[in-house]
Amino acid sequence: MPRPKNALILTVILALVIGLAPDAAPQDTIRIGYIDPLSGPFAATGENGLNQFRYAADAINKAGGVLGKKLELVPLDNKVSPQESLIQLKKVIGEGIPFIFQGNSSGVAHAISDAVQKHNERNAGNRVLYLNYSAVDPALTNDKCHYWHFRFDAHADMKMAALTDVIQANRNIKKIYILGQDYSFGKAVAEAAVSMLGKKRPDIQIVGNELHPIGKVKDFSPYVQKIVASGADAVITGNWGADMIGLAKAANDGGLKVPFYTYYAASDGVTAAIGAAGVDRIRLVHETHPGNPTAPKALGDYITGYRKLHPQNDVNQPRIHTALNMLALAIKKAGTIDVDKVAAALEGLEYTNVGGDQVIMRREDHQLQMPVYISVHTNKGIKHDLDASGFGLSLESKVERDKAMQPSACKMQRPS
Amino acid sequence: MLQIAFFSVLNGLVYGMLLFMLSSGLTLIFGMMGVLNFAHAGFYMLGAYVAYTMGLYIGFWPALLVAPVLVGVAGALVERHGLRRVHRFGHVAELVFTFGVALLIEEVVALVWGRPAKAYEVPALLDFPLFRVFGSSFPAYKGFMLLVAVAIFLFIFAILSRTRAGLIIQASLTHPGMVAMLGHNVPRVFMVVFGIGSALAGLAGVIAGPVLGTFPGMAQVLGSIVFVVVVIGGLGSLTGAFVASLLIGIVQTFAVALDVSVGNVLMALGVPARASVALHDIWKVTIAQVAPIMPYLLLVLVLMIRPTGLFGTRET
Repeated sequence: MPRPKNALILTVILALVIGLAPDAAPQDTIRIGYIDPLSGPFAATGENGLNQFRYAADAINKAGGVLGKKLELVPLDNKVSPQESLIQLKKVIGEGIPFIFQGNSSGVAHAISDAVQKHNERNAGNRVLYLNYSAVDPALTNDKCHYWHFRFDAHADMKMAALTDVIQANRNIKKIYILGQDYSFGKAVAEAAVSMLGKKRPDIQIVGNELHPIGKVKDFSPYVQKIVASGADAVITGNWGADMIGLAKAANDGGLKVPFYTYYAASDGVTAAIGAAGVDRIRLVHETHPGNPTAPKALGDYITGYRKLHPQNDVNQPRIHTALNMLALAIKKAGTIDVDKVAAALEGLEYTNVGGDQVIMRREDHQLQMPVYISVHTNKGIKHDLDASGFGLSLESKVERDKAMQPSACKMQRPS
Repeated sequence: MLQIAFFSVLNGLVYGMLLFMLSSGLTLIFGMMGVLNFAHAGFYMLGAYVAYTMGLYIGFWPALLVAPVLVGVAGALVERHGLRRVHRFGHVAELVFTFGVALLIEEVVALVWGRPAKAYEVPALLDFPLFRVFGSSFPAYKGFMLLVAVAIFLFIFAILSRTRAGLIIQASLTHPGMVAMLGHNVPRVFMVVFGIGSALAGLAGVIAGPVLGTFPGMAQVLGSIVFVVVVIGGLGSLTGAFVASLLIGIVQTFAVALDVSVGNVLMALGVPARASVALHDIWKVTIAQVAPIMPYLLLVLVLMIRPTGLFGTRET
C-alpha cells in the first residue's frame, strides 16, 4: 500500500494521463500528416513546403472547411531519411491519420510508397492515402505504381522532355555535362537526359555523367573544375536544396559561364546564391506559371498574400495548393474521409489550378497530367521575385498538357 | 588533366585550411579538457550568421574582426557557466552537455534568422578572379582565405611555443593536476582556451559563410569531418591538426577528380571485368563517387596503424 502522500501523487498523475489520452470520439478536424525534412541540410525546403501547405489549408478552412470540418496539418520531421520516414509513418497510422503528404526526395517516397502499399493490403479497415506532391522519380507511377499513391508534380521524364526540347533548339550546344545527387531521382534524371538527347540530338556528346552523395558535399569546386575541364557547353542538373546552393556558388566562383538546365535552381536561398552571375543562363523546368513577366490574376494574388505572411519564403511549389485542393475536392465528392472512397474520387478528378491550368489525375497511373513550363533566371521584368533578391523566374515557354503527357508502364492493381 | 591537378591542389589547400581553422580550436579543447566539443561547429555557424548581420550595418571588414570576438566571448561564457558546472559529473555529462548546446545553437539560429539560406556575399573588394588559367578562374576571396588561415597557424604556433601562457597551456594538456599544484588557475586556462577555440571557429564561419553558404544546416555539414581531422592529427597537437586538415582537404578534392573504378584498375592489370562476376556493381563505383567517405576511411586506417594519431602522444 502506498503512503497517503504517494497515493495523492499517483491519483494526480492518473488524472493527468486520463485527461491527456486521445479522444476516442470522432475527430472534429480532418488530419493530414506532413512527413518531410524540418531539420538538417534540407530543412529550408521542408519548412517552406509546410508553410505553403498551411497557407493553402487556411484558405480552405476560412471558406468553411471540408464537409464542415477544418483541415489540420500534422508536421513530422523525417530528416530526408527513409528510416525516419517509416517511423513517422507508423506514428501517422497509429494515430489514425488517413492522409499523408510527402515530397522531398524520391528515396523517401519509395520507402513510404512501399510501406503504405503493404499496410493497406493487410489493414483493409485502417488504410492511409499517400499524396506525393514533389518526388518525381518516374518509377513511382510506372513499374512501382500502386493504387494508394497519387502524384501531383510532373515526373522527371515529363520535365526532361521539355528541357531537352529547349536544348534541341539551341544549336550552340555540342557537349553536355550531367551532374546529380546519388539516389533514385538523380539517376532517373541522368537516364532520361541520356536517352532523350540520344533521340533528339544524337550529335551532342555527353562529356560527363556524374552522381555525388546527396547532402554530403561541402565544397562543389572540384566538380566545377571537372565540368570546366570536360569542355562542356551546358550542364543538366537535378540538384536541390543545399546541393544546388553549393553548386551555384562554386560555379560562380570558378567562372563557369555555360548555361544550366535545372529542375530546382530557384527559391530557398538558391536564387539569391545564383544572383547576377546566372542571369539569362540558368533555366528551370517546373509545373505552374512562374508569375513573371505577367502572372494570371489568381496566382499573383496567391503569391502576394503568401509573401505578406512569409517575407523570407516563396511560393515555389504551387502544386502544394493543387494537391491540397484536389484532396479537399475528392473528400467533398466522396462525402466522407473514408480512404477507399476518397481514392476512388481522386481518380480522373479534374481541377483548374491557381495558375489557371486544367489538370487531371490520370486513372491509369495516378500521375497528374499538367502543362510544363520552362523559365529563366533574370532580374528583368520581375514582379514577383524570389528570396527577396530582386531576381526571379520569367516564363520562356510552355508545353501544353497533351504534349507533356508521357506513356506509363503502370499495371494498376485495384482493390476488389 | 594538368588543369584538374592544378585546381585540385588549390581547392584542396583552401578547403584544408578552412578545416584547420575549425580543428585548431577543437584539438586544443579536446586535448586539454578531454571534452569532445560537439558544439564547436555550432560556434562556426554563429560566426557566419553574426558576421552576416553585422555586415549589413558596418560592412564586411569590421565584422570580420568583431564577430569572432563576440563568438569567443559566447564560448567563454558557455564554459564558465555551463561546462564548468557539468565538469564534476564526468566526461559523459560534458559530452551530453556540448551536444545539447549544439542542438540549441542550431534551433536558435533557425528561430532568429529563419531556415532559408542567407545571401551572405563575398565583399566587393575581393569579388574578382585572382587569375585565369586553363579556362577556369580562381577567386581572389579564396586566396584571402588561404592567407588568413596561414596567419592564424603562425599566430597560434608562436603563442604556444614562444610565450609563457603557451607553456602553461601545453603543460595543462598533459599534466593538468601538476599545473594546478604549481599554483596556476587551471579552470581559467580552460575558459580562455575554450573562448579562443570558439573564436577561431567563429572566424572560420565568418570566412567560409560566403563560399560554402550560410544556412542552419551548415554546422551539421562540417561537424563530423572536424572530429576526423582532430583524431587523425592526434589529440591536442596543433601540427597534427594542420597536417591532417591539409591531407583531408587534398585527398577529398583529388578523389572527386578521379573517375577510376575498381573495375578500371583490374582491367589495367589485365583482369577482364565480366558482368556475371559477383558484386560487379561494386566494381563500377568510381573513386569520385566515394570521395566523401575517404576521410573516414583514412580515420579508420590511422586508428588501426597509429592509435595516437599522426602527431599525438596520448592514446585516443
